[in-house]
Amino acid sequence: MIRFAAAGAGHRYPPLRPAAAGVVAALVLVPLGYVVAAAVATGPAAAADLLWRPRVGELLTNTVVLVVLGTVACAVLGVGAAWLVERTDLPGRPLWTGLMAAPLAVPAFVSGVTWTSLSPGFAGLGAAVTVTSLSYFPLVYLPVSAVLRGIDPADEEAARALGCGPWTAFTRVVLPQVRPALAGGCLLVGLHLLAEFGALQALRYDTFTTAVYDRFQSSFDGTAATMLALVLVALCLVLLGIEPLAAGRARTSRVGRGSARPPLRHPLGGARVLAVGALLAVAAGSVGVPLWGIGLWFATSNSTAFPADELAAATVSTLGLGVLGAVVTTALAFPVAWLVVRRSGPLARVVERCSYVGSSLPGVVVALALVTVAIRAVPAVYQTVVTLVAAYAILFLPRAVVSLRAALGQLPPAFEDVGASLGVSPRGVTLRITLPLVVRGLGAGTALVFLAVVTELTSTLLLAPTGTATLATRFWSASTEIHYGAAAPYALLMILLSAPAAWLLTRRSRAAGALA
Amino acid sequence: MSVSTGDVVVTGVSRAFGEVAVLRRVDLTVAAGTTTAVLGRSGCGKTTLLRIVAGFDGPGAGTVAIGGEVVATPGRVVPPQRRRIGYVTQEGNLFPHLDVAANVAFGLPRGRRRARDGVAALLDLVGLGAGYAARRPHELSGGEQQRVALARALAPRPDVVLLDEPFSALDAETRVTTRRAVAEALAAAGTTTILVTHDRAEAMSFAGRVALLRDGVVAQEGTPAQLYRSPADRGVAEFTGDVVALPALLDGCCADTALGPVRLGTPAVTARGTVLVRPEQVRIGGGGTATAVVDDVDFQGHVALVGLVVDRGPRVRARCPGHLVPQVGERVRLSVEGPALALAPEDRG
Repeated sequence: MIRFAAAGAGHRYPPLRPAAAGVVAALVLVPLGYVVAAAVATGPAAAADLLWRPRVGELLTNTVVLVVLGTVACAVLGVGAAWLVERTDLPGRPLWTGLMAAPLAVPAFVSGVTWTSLSPGFAGLGAAVTVTSLSYFPLVYLPVSAVLRGIDPADEEAARALGCGPWTAFTRVVLPQVRPALAGGCLLVGLHLLAEFGALQALRYDTFTTAVYDRFQSSFDGTAATMLALVLVALCLVLLGIEPLAAGRARTSRVGRGSARPPLRHPLGGARVLAVGALLAVAAGSVGVPLWGIGLWFATSNSTAFPADELAAATVSTLGLGVLGAVVTTALAFPVAWLVVRRSGPLARVVERCSYVGSSLPGVVVALALVTVAIRAVPAVYQTVVTLVAAYAILFLPRAVVSLRAALGQLPPAFEDVGASLGVSPRGVTLRITLPLVVRGLGAGTALVFLAVVTELTSTLLLAPTGTATLATRFWSASTEIHYGAAAPYALLMILLSAPAAWLLTRRSRAAGALA
Repeated sequence: MSVSTGDVVVTGVSRAFGEVAVLRRVDLTVAAGTTTAVLGRSGCGKTTLLRIVAGFDGPGAGTVAIGGEVVATPGRVVPPQRRRIGYVTQEGNLFPHLDVAANVAFGLPRGRRRARDGVAALLDLVGLGAGYAARRPHELSGGEQQRVALARALAPRPDVVLLDEPFSALDAETRVTTRRAVAEALAAAGTTTILVTHDRAEAMSFAGRVALLRDGVVAQEGTPAQLYRSPADRGVAEFTGDVVALPALLDGCCADTALGPVRLGTPAVTARGTVLVRPEQVRIGGGGTATAVVDDVDFQGHVALVGLVVDRGPRVRARCPGHLVPQVGERVRLSVEGPALALAPEDRG
């Protein structure tokens, strides 16, 4: 007897994946739902009362100014560095490829704490923009350099043959192809800046996120904190709305097989010294200063100590949470990415955007929401690793989705069609064709999430089961008490744990492209 | 080989994408064990038709039956993995993470997959040696990749093999040799085959029958000779080959033209009209009564297309053997060999 599949347009199989993607979207919307429900419960009058205050206006200005300046700075640093490394005859290319991605291994809050410890007066807007953009510009650099590497050199040659000069060819042919990667990178930077907590707290620059945390920690004033979070959500939605406009609608994938030649490299001439100097300054600010600061703490602080047991316990729990969080998040990301690539349409767009909305909420709001929902709905998971991993999944889902989306996008649907035509079930096609072929994207997504979990601070502080401490929480508690020496080994371990994943990203150009 | 179950019957299939009707009530029957080429320009709906037969897409109206079993109706579609089909795409799509043997064995049940059961025989069938088994797809030429793709499609012994422009990504010379190898392998396997292509020479040389798809409708279906010699209308005549249109006085089974008398394929009543012949029927030299001046020569080696201005007549093109090409400016005698194309009467113009 013949079993029929349900009819629909285009690809009709497998039918379960949209459902799975829908479930994931629902999960990532839990915190947003919580914030909105709490706002509704507060009522418009009380909400207006809490929001219509000079302090809120101040926070709004601070947040918007930081996001705008920080994103622009990251775009300039990221595109500039990518162009210098990929398209010029800069000396020492392999070294720079690694150094420009290295900031990903140094958590922004570690960076912020080292800068203030070296120069206590370094605070406020200028400090916040400097430190955060030095930390987050690789989010622009990696995807843009991957695109620059992938562009068919014949495109630029064709433009030259049509009478364009080198600069016109770059702006008319290369830059438009970079635009979606740049817009995607800037979106990630903007979302990170909205959610940044540790670095800004250390540099004494207040935004909505630090205010939410303070309000919640100091007074357990859930309502006020939630109202501030509501504004944060609105800002995030604005960013999500801007990104597709900035990315443009043009198709940028190669048409045809392209030519297998290395990209054109422009001779820098006398500007070489200048270029090397600029990149050195960026590397010094983003990686040099934190490492120097940590070194100084080891050498000079009187609180320096190596409590082996605590270090080992924190390392083990960090690694365990990192691996668990990465695997769970990547598994959840697969149906979402598949839906986006294979059935692009309104549903796919909504699901994908949901994952961004969920992840753009500050860790403190996600944590707060999960605590509330866990207590009310499934008390068994309260104060367990389950809630913590759920928080990681909500926060870091887009990292895995974008990697998988790019990898699936590279995979022509014909492969899956051929598999089905050979009599293989949809599950078999996924296991035997799709997954092996997107394994690089899976690896990149997993590495990105692992990296994020290892250096995650806010929601871990609030959600970790009692007695569980990670490297990040140990570092934070020591450094807030100005015990820099005690904080140093945790900072170093975090950097060491993150380094291989960051290195992996620079090795895999396609995977790096997936960041956007 | 379960040849008896492999006929494909497409009945009244329509398919629209949004407002655009891509297929309009298409009927097509491919008898078990035979090969039909679906020929058409890009955008005529031929790939959509193939995807509906394969099960990657469903019909908006009409049905598809394979081996007497209805596999697609609007709203109910048997998924491709249950249709016993083989599918070869334009670029082969060999799985890049698997070697040739693993690619060929991909559709076999697990046990036989391990044993690489029949892989060597299949590679042999498509004209590749067993030495290819351990190679990776990127180590193969385009033609070799297509042969492996066919071996992979044939491995699970499908009832029907669907070929979606499998030769169009190859260069001209490889295309001919690969096409021959694929045709021989398919004949040996005895499967029903549907080839989709925009290349009329490929369609006519590869398949026993050709269906010309135009604007989502089958304009004509028949043997290659039928489409070439007895096209249903002038459009089909022009799509299946070059055409020389001659104004004529039709009378019974003969027509009087500027190139002299032309025999008609189908008798006509006395009237003014046009007869169509193929350029290779226009004979240069010999005992013709008409005279013409050569005004251009497109020399292709084995043949040449010669442009001629007929005295007190139209400009015509003749195809002549490469060793008999006249000079530009030369005055030659012309005649027409063989009958005119047999069009339906209303298309005589």
